Amino acid sequence: MTTLLELSGLTKAYPGVVANSDVSFSIARGGVHALLGENGAGKSTLVKTIYGLVKPDSGSMRLNGKPYTPSEPRDARAAGVAMVFQHFSLFEALSVAENVALGMETPPPMRDLSRRIREVSEAYGLPLDPTRRVGDLSAGERQRVEIVRCLLQDPSLLIMDEPTSVLTPQEVGILFATLRKLALEGTSILYISHKLEEIRALCDAATILRGGKVVGEANPRKASAAELAEQMVGTKLTPPKARAGAVGEIILQVSRLSMPPASQFGTPLKNVSLAVRAGEVLGIGGVAGNGQDELLSALSGERRTSRETVLLEGTDVSRMPPSARRAAGLLTAPEERLGHAAAPDMSLTENAVLTGTARMGLLRNGFLSWSRARSFAKDIIAQFDVRTPGPGVAARSLSGGNLQKFVIGREVLQGPRVLVVNQPTWGVDASAAAAIRQALLDLAAEGAGIVVISQDLDELLEISDRFAALNGGALGEAVPTSSLTMEQIGLMLGGAHDLEEAHV
Amino acid sequence: MIRLERRPTPSRVWAAASPLVAVALTMVAGGLMFAALGKDPFEAIRTIFWDPVFGEFAWYFRGQLLVKAAPLILIAVGLAMGFRAGIWNIGAEGQYIVGAICGAAAGLAFYPSESWLIFPLMVIAGALGGFLWAMIPALLKLRFGTNEILVSLMLVYVAENLLASAAVNWLRNPDAVGFPGSRNLGRWEAASNPELIAGTGAHWGVVAAVIAVIFAQIMMTRHLMGFQIRLAGAAPRAARFGGVNTARLVIFCLGLSGMLAGLAGLFEVAGPAGQISIDFASGYGFTAIIVAFLGRLNPLGIVAAGLLMALTYVGGEAAAANLGLPGAAISAFQGMLLFFLLAVDVLSNFRVRVGRGVVA
Repeated sequence: MTTLLELSGLTKAYPGVVANSDVSFSIARGGVHALLGENGAGKSTLVKTIYGLVKPDSGSMRLNGKPYTPSEPRDARAAGVAMVFQHFSLFEALSVAENVALGMETPPPMRDLSRRIREVSEAYGLPLDPTRRVGDLSAGERQRVEIVRCLLQDPSLLIMDEPTSVLTPQEVGILFATLRKLALEGTSILYISHKLEEIRALCDAATILRGGKVVGEANPRKASAAELAEQMVGTKLTPPKARAGAVGEIILQVSRLSMPPASQFGTPLKNVSLAVRAGEVLGIGGVAGNGQDELLSALSGERRTSRETVLLEGTDVSRMPPSARRAAGLLTAPEERLGHAAAPDMSLTENAVLTGTARMGLLRNGFLSWSRARSFAKDIIAQFDVRTPGPGVAARSLSGGNLQKFVIGREVLQGPRVLVVNQPTWGVDASAAAAIRQALLDLAAEGAGIVVISQDLDELLEISDRFAALNGGALGEAVPTSSLTMEQIGLMLGGAHDLEEAHV
Repeated sequence: MIRLERRPTPSRVWAAASPLVAVALTMVAGGLMFAALGKDPFEAIRTIFWDPVFGEFAWYFRGQLLVKAAPLILIAVGLAMGFRAGIWNIGAEGQYIVGAICGAAAGLAFYPSESWLIFPLMVIAGALGGFLWAMIPALLKLRFGTNEILVSLMLVYVAENLLASAAVNWLRNPDAVGFPGSRNLGRWEAASNPELIAGTGAHWGVVAAVIAVIFAQIMMTRHLMGFQIRLAGAAPRAARFGGVNTARLVIFCLGLSGMLAGLAGLFEVAGPAGQISIDFASGYGFTAIIVAFLGRLNPLGIVAAGLLMALTYVGGEAAAANLGLPGAAISAFQGMLLFFLLAVDVLSNFRVRVGRGVVA
C-alpha cells in the first residue's frame, strides 16, 4: 500500500502545555489507521492540525507526496481531507439536505442535492431521508448526516473523532461496515478512539499517543487490548475490585414517572419505573438524547413530578426541591460539568457549597461557614486526587477529568443514601475513570444505592449489578448484568435505527 | 489582527483596576467633548472633579456631595444585588418616585399633627411604595414570563405621570393658591428629614445608605441568600441544580431594590427636595445603574462610585453655572463612564492578543 499522508515532526505548544511533540507517522492509502490515546494525549490537536484548524509550531505534512500546509479547513477539504467531529454541528430546525448544503462551498440545487444524498447514503448503507428535520433524528442518524456530508466531497482521507460514543452496538456495526467499504474503495480513514476493542475490530494500523508524543505503533489485529491499554496509559490498570456487598432493602423507588419535555427537542419521560436496593448499582444505558438528562432532573428535584412517583426510603420526595432531597439523602451528579454540576466562574470552595450546605453543616442560621466549606473542598481535592493549585481556583480552570473527580467526590463524600450519576466518566482519562468507578462501588459497598446513567456500555457492564435501557424516554425492565451479552444490550437499547423505523 | 483570548480565571487585577481606567478614559474623552464645545477641557475637568472638594466654595459643595451620593448609593446597593443574580431592575427611578409619593402622602394625611410617629410612618410608607411598585414587574415576570427590564422601565413613565397628577392634583398644597406642588415637608418638623450634622449634608438617607451597605456586604459575602444570588447570576442551570428557588430570588431582588429606591425617594422628598413637585424626578434611579456597575456590583465599591458620581453631579452643576456647559454635556459625560467601564471590563475575562492565531 502506498502512503497517503505523512506527518513528520509535528510540534504544537500552548501556554503551559505541549500538546504535540515531534509527532511523526504515516497513513496508508485505503488503510484504516487508529489514533489511540487518553483524553489530553494530544489527539484532538493533531487532527485539528491535519484539518487546518491548528497551525503547528514546527514539523511538516505531505499529502500524496506533495507538501500539505492547510491554513484553514477549506484548504483541507479542497485537498480531499474531511472530518466528522465528535460534537455535531447541525441545525435542529433545518432538514437534512439543508444542513448538508450549509456545509458546502457551492451547494447544488436542493433537488439534485437530495438525490445525491439519497444515492450516497444508500451506497454506503447509511439510509437517510434528506427531507427530515434534524431535530427529529437520533444521534446515530445525525452522525450519518455528518458522514454523508463528508462523503459528498469524495474525500481521500476521512477523519472520525470518537464516532461510536453516541451509537448503539448495532449502529456501530453499520458504521464499521461503511468504513470498511470506504477503505476498500481506497479512502483512507483516520479513526480516533480510546475504545480498544473497536480499534482491534476495525483498524489495520495504530499510532499510540501519550502526553503529546508518539509512544508506539502497533498492529491492532495482533496486539491484545491489554497491551494497547498499557501503552496508552503508561501503567498497568487495576480493574475495579469485585464486590461482595449484600443487597438490602429497596431505598429508591420510582414508579410510573411521566414528565413532559422541557423544550421542543427534549424527550418526555414515559411511565418510568425503577427500584434500587441498598448496596446495589443500577446501570441505565441508552443512546444520548433518550431521556437521560430528564431522568436526572426528575430525580435531583430540578423538575417536580406527580406525587408518589419518587420514593426515597419510603418517603415521597416527588414534590421536594433539590435541597430538601439532598437533606433526605438523595444526591445527584449531572452530565454537564460546567454550568450544571458546577458554576464555571466560581471557586471550588463555592462549588462545594453548591450542593454541600445541608449535609455538610455548612449553614448556621442562614449564614455560610466559609472555613468549613473550604475544608470540605480541600477534603474532596485530597481524597479524589483533584489536580489543582487549591480550593480558591475557578472551576473552569480545571481539566474535564479533574472537575469530574471533584463533582463526583463532592457527592460521594456527603455520604448519600442514594447517588444518581449521569455519564460519570465522560471525557475522563482512563485512570481517573477507574478511580471514579471504584469510588461508586465503594459507596455501594457501604450500603448506598447507586444509579449510573451512562452511554458507555463497557462501563455499565463493569460496575452495575442490574442493567436497564432508556429508549425514547421509556425505561425497560432491569436485568441482572451477569447474564447479558452485548447483542442483547443492543436490542434492549432499541436496536439499529432504520430509516423506516422512526426513532422516538 | 487583534483577538480576545479567554482567561482561564478572571483577572483580579483588571477587575479592580478597570473602574480607575474607565474614569481616566472618561476624563480624556470628556475633555475632548468639552474642547469640541469650545470650552477649555482642563478647566472643565478641574471644575467638575477638583473645585467641589478643594476649591474656593468647597464648604458649600462638600455638603451637596453627601446629599447627592446618599440616594445614589441607597438605590445602587439594591440594584446591584439583582444585577448579580441576572435580574435587571431598570425602573428604580419609578420606584423612587412612587416611594416619595407614598411617603409624602402618608405624612400629609396627618397634617398638621406634630406626632413623632409621622416621620417613621412616612419611612415605612415610602419603602412599601417602592416595594409594591417593583412587585409589578416581579409578579408579571413570574406569572406571565414578561421581561422585567421592559416592564420596570415602562413603569417609570407611569410613575412620572402619577407624580405629575399628585403634584397638580391630589397632593397639591391647598394653601398655595393654584401653584402646583405639595406642602413643603421641610418646614413641617414632624415630617421633615433634616440635616443631622450641620454642614455635612448628612440626613437620614445617609444613615439608611450606610446601613444598607453594611447589610448588603454581610449578606453577599456570608449569607446563603447572597451566595444564591451570585450563583444564579454566574450559572443559572447550576443554581437550579443547587436548589435555588428562582421565583423567590426574583421577588427578593426586585422587592429589595424597589424598597431601597422607595426609601431614597422618601428621604429626598422629605429632605433636600422638600415637596412633591412636577420636577421631583431627578434621574437618580437611572444614574444608580451606572453607580452599581462602576462599583463592581460590590457594596463597598458602590460607596466609592456613588461619591464619584455625586461629584460629577455637583461639579457638573458648577461647570454649568461657571463655564456655561450645557446640562446634556454632563449627562453625556456620566454616560461615557458606564460605556468605558463596560468596555474595559472585557479585559478582566479576556486578554488581548495581537497577531494571527489559531482557532481553538
